[in-house]
Amino acid sequence: MRYLTGKPGWLLLLALGLAFPFLAKNDYQLTVMSTAYIFAIATLGLNLITGYTGQYNLAHSGFMAVGAYTVGILTVDHQVPFWIAFALSGVLASALGFFIGIVSLRLKGHYFSIFTLCVGYIMFLVIEKWESLTHGTVGIIGIPAPTGIGPLAFESPRTLYYLLFFFLVLGAWIMHRIVTSLLGRTFMAIRNGDELAESLGINLMRNKLLAFMLSVFYAGLAGGLYAGFVRFLGPGLAGVEHSFDMTMYMLVGGLGTLLGPLLGALMVPWLTQYLQFLQEYRFIVFGPILIVLVIFVPHGIVGSYVAWRARRDSLAAPVPSATAASDAVEPQPKASHA
Amino acid sequence: MLEVRNLTKRFGGLSAVSEVSTTIEQGKIHAVIGPNGAGKTTFFNLVSGVAPPTSGSIIFDGHDITNLRADQVARLGISRTFQTTALFDMATVLDNLIVGHRLRTESGLFDVLVNSTLLRHEEQLCREKAREALDFVGLSHIANRMAGDISQEERKRVAFALALSTQPKLLLLDEPAGGVNPEETEGLSELIRKLVRHDLTVCLVEHKMQMIMSLADRITVLNYGEKIAEGTPAQIRANPAVIDAYLGSEHADV
Repeated sequence: MRYLTGKPGWLLLLALGLAFPFLAKNDYQLTVMSTAYIFAIATLGLNLITGYTGQYNLAHSGFMAVGAYTVGILTVDHQVPFWIAFALSGVLASALGFFIGIVSLRLKGHYFSIFTLCVGYIMFLVIEKWESLTHGTVGIIGIPAPTGIGPLAFESPRTLYYLLFFFLVLGAWIMHRIVTSLLGRTFMAIRNGDELAESLGINLMRNKLLAFMLSVFYAGLAGGLYAGFVRFLGPGLAGVEHSFDMTMYMLVGGLGTLLGPLLGALMVPWLTQYLQFLQEYRFIVFGPILIVLVIFVPHGIVGSYVAWRARRDSLAAPVPSATAASDAVEPQPKASHA
Repeated sequence: MLEVRNLTKRFGGLSAVSEVSTTIEQGKIHAVIGPNGAGKTTFFNLVSGVAPPTSGSIIFDGHDITNLRADQVARLGISRTFQTTALFDMATVLDNLIVGHRLRTESGLFDVLVNSTLLRHEEQLCREKAREALDFVGLSHIANRMAGDISQEERKRVAFALALSTQPKLLLLDEPAGGVNPEETEGLSELIRKLVRHDLTVCLVEHKMQMIMSLADRITVLNYGEKIAEGTPAQIRANPAVIDAYLGSEHADV
């Protein structure tokens, strides 16, 4: 197991991701995986504000829809090139996040979640009712696929898969940078407790707002990719059930770890696929699994593994007074980020 | 160093702190005592900026900090500990301490994205400060232990280390010896003396009278939010109003 953590583990995942199109039996599997990547990117964002900063945002799918509609409306109704619209999808979601964050982040704990639940629903209603802008329940049809860059064309499922994989890797890499930096430590200090963080000189509002805007930036970009990939948009994307799905991904993998939400976001959709034959009854299977997981593996799969390894390393750590074995190397446990 | 004038905090009709004036002198240990509910923690919250006072003023090192937020007060050099310290139990003690020096660093999101030399330098600096603080409180041997596994007394010392890593001038300690045994209390007293020897000023709230009497240079006694006495430990011990507040009026004429 030791060899599967840290860099080798990530490289293995990278290799698997690159090889997947050659292992997939058909385009359908590629589509399932590609969709999972899109939601994985959004989940990475949700994990920043919820897992690392401790503020559970239930409007996350609303921001994803904002990004998606940015691309949809600009490309279909205003003939804006895809990539410009795509860049705006993240920016717009972040800008909206600034204003919503300034209001909602004044609330703490559950009140923040309840407030954002309402915000998410308002976003859904606005998208559904503002027909002149969003085409209402009819949705936006005929969104162009991402235009090719140089020799790369994104027409086939395989090239689209690689495009989405590229953004997932990029997103995960940047997230890694953020959460392992002083900035990430600042966010985690806020998660541990507002009071202590503030007494350490951390400006709560500014840092929470930054985490929130970064988080919804990921959601917006994921939405933009979703629009270019699925090429049809309805208001349903803003529905809170997508936020709950992403929450499930985080819980399964492990809140506040980098790998956990990624694994969750890639595993759960496949499980859903295999339980497709049960139709809506599959929640009878999902529900109990989730409950068992939350009770017995509260830190998720990755979170539990990281905690176990960190504890083992801490017990193996040399104590100065004890006779230090000559080969005792001081371990560098990366406890908070796998 | 710290001057408090007519400080008042009212919650609705209740005055938690009422017209309290006092001065905390540089390089001294100043204790705030009083029965439960006397307003000691509220007093700390006002000084550290957690809550704004209803009226009165707080001057620290020539700055009026009356209406500053807690993070701004911390930046100016007032650090505090809490009765319970919320550590991240799944990380090591050292990991928990690194963020303590964050307020003296500048790097932001841009530095993170480009992995600037400033960021790498500051991360190194924060790590060093955390180690220094841990050394100071005598816990360098548990740097790699999980924060969730350490004892109550070690937790108290980690709280000290966290406060120290912010490079404060004034330390506010809220019940630094709460929930630890007498022997450990003596160790913590020694640590507080060591802080003062290193040019820090300490203000503490504590219930353990024996500890306070041997430690403090000056004591302020609060009762029902009002200052009823102030002076050296000997003066406080002899003050009838204090005996009255603590033991009841029938003992006051002793």
